[in-house]
Amino acid sequence: MTDLITPELFQHLVHLAALELDADEAEYLRRELNNQLKAIHDLEAIPIDPNTPITSHGVPYTPEITPPIRPDEWQPDPAAPDILAKSPEHDGGYIIVPDIPHTEL
Amino acid sequence: MKSDKGSTMELCDLPATQIADMVRRKEISASEVLESTLKRIRAVDGRPGSLDPGEPDPDDDKRVHAFITLTAERAREQARAIDHSLAEGDDPGPLAGVPFTVKDIFCVQGTPSTAGSRILANFISPYTATPVKRMEAAGGIMLGKVNLDEFTYGSSNESSAFRPTPRNPWDTSRVPGGSSGGSAAAVAVGEGALSLGTDTAGSIRQPAAFCGVVGVKPTYGRVSRYGLIAFGSSLDCPGPLARNISDAALMLSVIAGADVRDSTAANLPAPDYTNGLEQSIRGWRVGLSPDYFRITYLDAVTGELHQQPVPQEIEHAVLRVAGRLAEMGADIVDNVPMPHTRYGIPAYFVISRVEAASNLHRYDGVKYGYRTKEKVRELSELYRKTRGQGFGLQPKLRILMGMYVSAAQYSEQYYNRALRVRTLIRQDFEQIFDSQGKYRLQALLTPTTPTTAFAMGDVYGDSVLMQYADQLTVPANHAGVPGISFPAGFDEAGLPIGVQLLGPDFSEASLLRLGKAFELATQNDAWRQRKPPLLQTG
Repeated sequence: MTDLITPELFQHLVHLAALELDADEAEYLRRELNNQLKAIHDLEAIPIDPNTPITSHGVPYTPEITPPIRPDEWQPDPAAPDILAKSPEHDGGYIIVPDIPHTEL
Repeated sequence: MKSDKGSTMELCDLPATQIADMVRRKEISASEVLESTLKRIRAVDGRPGSLDPGEPDPDDDKRVHAFITLTAERAREQARAIDHSLAEGDDPGPLAGVPFTVKDIFCVQGTPSTAGSRILANFISPYTATPVKRMEAAGGIMLGKVNLDEFTYGSSNESSAFRPTPRNPWDTSRVPGGSSGGSAAAVAVGEGALSLGTDTAGSIRQPAAFCGVVGVKPTYGRVSRYGLIAFGSSLDCPGPLARNISDAALMLSVIAGADVRDSTAANLPAPDYTNGLEQSIRGWRVGLSPDYFRITYLDAVTGELHQQPVPQEIEHAVLRVAGRLAEMGADIVDNVPMPHTRYGIPAYFVISRVEAASNLHRYDGVKYGYRTKEKVRELSELYRKTRGQGFGLQPKLRILMGMYVSAAQYSEQYYNRALRVRTLIRQDFEQIFDSQGKYRLQALLTPTTPTTAFAMGDVYGDSVLMQYADQLTVPANHAGVPGISFPAGFDEAGLPIGVQLLGPDFSEASLLRLGKAFELATQNDAWRQRKPPLLQTG
């Protein structure tokens, strides 16, 4: 089977995934992606009725076991300053990031 | 305490149920149990995993390395509080004084919560996961955080950024399994009677099998995921690892139940799973499926998938369990069809990667965690460098596959097809557990793993072969049904063999009762007396 994920497609995926890779990593990852796709193609061996519903999680959530929705109420979090302090760079309640480039649409 | 097998029995070796009983009766103190456990950790664990382990030390090869972060002083404070409340006449709860470890994929307030990744190595959690909070509220003593595959992505612990990675206590040249490898290894050698793990494709059951302990993957939604660093949100299940069935039942009783902080936690009261554990299993129908005695491997050169029987030693172990359950009164039902079992891994390659890619987008070097030290010109460069340097190979691989199979032009071919195959896998289980159907099973009995523990370095790097280590456990995650793995003997190399019971939704009590029946039937067997070589004294 030829590689479904070509070097060009791989570079596109790396861009979408917001990753920066060195050459060794890129070679390993592209090879493994193509090997995994070979296994994934085993799914094509199964005849699937197009009316088969999708399952997004295994256990059906019946009304009896579905938790009620919480009241939509604002609550202050006592740890807010701690949470903000987790940011690698922050000042005066603001998180600092480098320039955000703008693109004209 | 000295056993007749040359190993020394310490307080840390006692079952959780016995520790809690003795602490509540004030026959021993929580602090004594804790100090015994800390002494064991000093004796067997070696240096903890770290990002910069330096030169390999020959001593590393003889140690377990379960821990990333040992919180001994925090544990001592908890133990003193338990002893104080007992002295005041209060009951600390059903886990009174029981030391436990937590897989480092759960947030625990004030502790590093790393996910085994460089990108979260500096993250101190501002809050505590619900299952941990419940164990502490029940009197449990948290010892610290144990190692795992990075973000749980693996079946050997070798992908952790924190090294040395955990070893198998039965043979330290072998892996403990994964991703809850630190949990299973710790429990096996008395570094805590219990551990909290997670299971997305087998990550509790597979390491439990490799390390000779009990692991429970509860029904999806049985245990809250609040405070769990997410991998596959439709598949992740927190659950217990323990040295015996009763301890696992005790722990599950504490952590299960609805949680207003997790809308996927089922709104069902948690029963006391220790009740009725020793009651009869007479007339219970337990199935064996030929589809679980065949394993699949990919030939990486030809791209073809091959099937072969599971190793004879493993097949025989399962059949021995079936025989003992039959002696206890169970009806064994042969030739139960589970035709979509072999598609569990290919479907998982798609579904779990899409969910992983989505969940990993939050790590960007802005709000918390690692940020690149390099100078960057703009925000997207910050993202790329931070994620490139912070993530190891396995998260990168999962993100890339998730991006590919969910892309608009491929999602029908891959993602939607995988979700339909997931329906077929679920239907396999519904048919065999249907109380009006042909099979009417209480449980399906299977091997847990295709092999016993493999050598370190033998599989890591081949992401397809590693994923197929979960082929007998992953169908339960797709279907959401519960499963347990428990020890059923040893192979010729002296490595534990685990067997698995799978049941219908929320049937944990039945699975535990069957496991307990097997424990009772084999309690005097010679193999039950074996201890990991690390615990042998001259």
